[in-house]
Amino acid sequence: MDAHIKSQPDSNAWGIGASPPRREDHRYLHGKGRFVADIKLHGMLEIAFLRSPLAHARITAINKPDSSIETVFVAADLVGINGIRADSALPGFRSSTQPILATAKVRHVGEPIAACLAPSRALAEDLVEQIHVSFEDLTAVHDLHKARDPAAPLVHEDWDENVFLESAVDLDFDAAIKGAASIVTRRYQTARQCMAPIEGRGLVAVWDRTLEVLTLHSATQMPHIVRTGLAGCLGLDHGQIRVIAPDVGGGFGYKGILLAEEVCAGFLAMRLDRPIRWIEDRREHLIGGANCREHFYEVTGYAGADGELLGVDCSAIVDAGAYSSYPFSACLESAQVASILPGPYKMRGYRCKTWSVATNKPPILPFRGVARTGVCFAIESMMDALARDLGITPEAIRLRNLVLAEEMPFTNITNKYFDSGDYPEALRRAVKAIGIDAIRQEQQDQRHTNPTGRTRIGVGLSIFCEQGAHGTSVYHGWGIPMVPGFEQATARLTPDGGLELRVGVHSHGQGLETTLAQIAYDRLGIAPNKVKLVHGDTAYTPYSTGTWGSRCAVMAGGAVAAACDALAERIRTIGGHLLQANDSDVTLRGGFARIGAAMVSVEEVARTWYLKPQLLPDTVDPRGLEATEGYKTTQDTGTFSYACHAVKVRVDLDLGHIELLDYVIVEDAGTMINPTIVDGQVLGGAVQGIGTALFEEMPFDNSGQPLASTLADYHLPVASDIPPIRILHMETPSPLSRFGQKGIGESGAIGPPAAIANAVNNALSGIAAEITHVPLTPERVLAAIAKAEAQTQTNIQTLGTGL
Amino acid sequence: MKPVAFSYSRPATVDDARACLGRDNAIPVAGNQSLGPMLNLRLARPTELVDLATLGTLRRTEEAEGFVRFGAGVTHAEIEDGDVPDPTGHWLQQVAENIAHRAVRNRGTLGGSLCHADPAADWVTVMTALDAAGIVEGPSGQRRIAIEEFITGPYATALAEAEVLVAVQVAKPSPDARWGYWKFTRQVGEFAKASAAVFVDPANGTRRCVVGALGRQPVVLPNPDAVLAGSLTPDDALAQALPGRPRSSLGLHGVALTRALAQIASGANNRGDEVAG
Repeated sequence: MDAHIKSQPDSNAWGIGASPPRREDHRYLHGKGRFVADIKLHGMLEIAFLRSPLAHARITAINKPDSSIETVFVAADLVGINGIRADSALPGFRSSTQPILATAKVRHVGEPIAACLAPSRALAEDLVEQIHVSFEDLTAVHDLHKARDPAAPLVHEDWDENVFLESAVDLDFDAAIKGAASIVTRRYQTARQCMAPIEGRGLVAVWDRTLEVLTLHSATQMPHIVRTGLAGCLGLDHGQIRVIAPDVGGGFGYKGILLAEEVCAGFLAMRLDRPIRWIEDRREHLIGGANCREHFYEVTGYAGADGELLGVDCSAIVDAGAYSSYPFSACLESAQVASILPGPYKMRGYRCKTWSVATNKPPILPFRGVARTGVCFAIESMMDALARDLGITPEAIRLRNLVLAEEMPFTNITNKYFDSGDYPEALRRAVKAIGIDAIRQEQQDQRHTNPTGRTRIGVGLSIFCEQGAHGTSVYHGWGIPMVPGFEQATARLTPDGGLELRVGVHSHGQGLETTLAQIAYDRLGIAPNKVKLVHGDTAYTPYSTGTWGSRCAVMAGGAVAAACDALAERIRTIGGHLLQANDSDVTLRGGFARIGAAMVSVEEVARTWYLKPQLLPDTVDPRGLEATEGYKTTQDTGTFSYACHAVKVRVDLDLGHIELLDYVIVEDAGTMINPTIVDGQVLGGAVQGIGTALFEEMPFDNSGQPLASTLADYHLPVASDIPPIRILHMETPSPLSRFGQKGIGESGAIGPPAAIANAVNNALSGIAAEITHVPLTPERVLAAIAKAEAQTQTNIQTLGTGL
Repeated sequence: MKPVAFSYSRPATVDDARACLGRDNAIPVAGNQSLGPMLNLRLARPTELVDLATLGTLRRTEEAEGFVRFGAGVTHAEIEDGDVPDPTGHWLQQVAENIAHRAVRNRGTLGGSLCHADPAADWVTVMTALDAAGIVEGPSGQRRIAIEEFITGPYATALAEAEVLVAVQVAKPSPDARWGYWKFTRQVGEFAKASAAVFVDPANGTRRCVVGALGRQPVVLPNPDAVLAGSLTPDDALAQALPGRPRSSLGLHGVALTRALAQIASGANNRGDEVAG
């Protein structure tokens, strides 16, 4: 195979590396997208769910309103369906079953208890208010530390402790840290967040009693996985379920799971033989969907006097919430923590313990970047703490320890295979672009001219790599319900010379209709406006685990290229017949099958095959102009994109307010298929990462109540919070993927909390304040300053007493 | 997040409006920017919504020699855009343009904001500092009440049953008057975490230091002279005015007052100035 070679001359700027405008944007920007909430069917009923107002309670009685037959459904009404289970085969994993509607007990605020049906959502909400549930309140497990307390109540009574999974790894640790010149220990914490896509979850379930097929229109990024999960819960054959994901308005992982609401609506559509719709509202999302990011780390870094990283020791706790979500399970995040904490660095020894604890909160889901955002915050903050302790610069300690370009490919201490790249160069470029020397000069000038000034500037860095498109061997090892295998695509020529591509992944804003058409153009020379991407429908597309793990450009891109190549051979053969030439001599270029000066268009080839078969001999390849091919990377350990983020901040010491003054990202996505789309992914991700760094937090009180139940309290980043973000590209091809492309979709969201916290701590270093808990709210910044000032006072008093 | 069922009326006169409001569980609405979310969350559960937004009386603004009387239904955007006269020159315009987002300003009203009396709202603090007066119409005609007394607590006003706030009267400061207003919002459009307004008019000896966003009605500091003279620090003044509160909870408010005072000291907001760029 001619891997890494772009086949088509690209004078049209349609192929790999070009940035044609996104084809899907016409409908999105004109308000013509078709989302789940746009689907209206005759006789459709709306669901409003009665959701638990308590975090942990036994249900002692549910009283439905009078005459509520066929309109109010509780667990006992859902006869013959199974709860959601997502077990991991990792040793010691404790299994949970997520009920479709709560049965004996509720385990988090927002858990569905009853489904109420009415012709409108408002009427359905009226029904919700008429149900009376009697609860026996139980003490809530609201805190990831307290979850492991032997005296803590059990989230699942049949467990012996509130731990889904505990893991430990020790790689030459004790020997490695001998003679360390610097040892620093810090505790880092990331807050629980909501993913907050613009479009929430939503579904329309329709039962076709003639065909006995349940069609579920759902705002999902993984339609085939939803189908598999749904079949298990509803006891249907796969053939009886069709899942259609129409336009999806952002997913970020929140749309990568099987929902209890999907199972419930599927059951009710069959039971009532009516279309059933549920559209999640923002309050439901904020209350019942705060489901990501909450980690705690106690990290100790050990370094030699020259800054060499000798070892890292970590205890990490992931607050996994009440249930194990399908298909990623409650262990994905903590397993990732242990395996990726070493980041892009070399080290001699490593030790890490993790606990994935169960609490009375919504089940944890993998949010863009999954564990990487927290991990990067922990390791990169610790690198800065080590640098401060050693009196060297943040860039010096990183350059001392980063994997070098000449060491690539590199297998790191946890056996991650870094495929390619020049990590130190990314750091050097970011340092230069942010102007670190000038910022340090400015800081020095400020110290001289205005030593008591109440604003401080700071600069911070973070560098990380992101594994994407990792496959069978990686996921099989975690033993979760979903293991990606070969990714397939179908390429089909239409009688007018157009091309249909069918893929099982689904776009939720990534621009796949454009990038996959660019790949098809590269292989076949068919103009993108003649390429139709069919995706988001299990009836029309090959099975796929879907869109997650920064995998589509690599996996679906590779599959589309393979299917197009298969099609190209058949086009050449038929073209050869028409040109009366031996097909091995025929080339396909620019949309024409050619031999010498003679050529025939792909369109003519298609027309002949479909409409004028009499022109072809009986020896023609009978498989015709439609090909399905499967694809895997040459090894399935994943592509490793990487990036360095650099940020300049100003901190107001009186308000604790942080202003982002400048932001640079040096990013290596390998070969870029569409650089503008790559930029869009990086930018959007970075803005979400800024949300993690500065704003987004769902606090819970001691009874497990979420405290930010509207967007007035749950603060998302908005346009005026974002400085101009400068993206600089490096382009080191991956040796593993078809065109050298690397997964990039999650990268932007990983770096900001670490870079911004480091910049703030740099700004506060003059007053010896340090902050280790994101988001960096004014309250936290002021508390860190107050703590440092109190410490200074103590020191002065101690000196004063002559002790 | 859908409201309970309610009926909707749009009276043509204030008298009609008051009659509607006399009905059981009827509540007034103007811009619907604060009430709307409360309806959707079912925190407000009216039987009837009485829409005051288009009442002619409430839409009228009159300018007289010493004051401007704003109809209570004037929108933030109309003040921002200069569609109504600004008795202060440009101070009100500057306040208006930093309220929430333009979409909110397009519909939200001055009177609605004062009647809702969110402690963190701009007009609540600003109109208290300017010593504006509310014109309230009830069964026995109109009465006039200082905004300082009109707002009686968080989300609470001195409006009696069957009374409607019809106008807000703001006196024109003298050319020597000075003004400072500062609020802390982390993000554009959110409610203030702390705010403070300072108003000084040498022509009539007015000195007002007002602190808002305290979870209660604004605090009018009893000793503005000492604060303005610098003999009483903002932090101490606040601690004295709110003895029941821990000092640590007032830090941001102290900063807000300090920064509002700094605007006065810098002379940036003198009444005689042209509209600031």
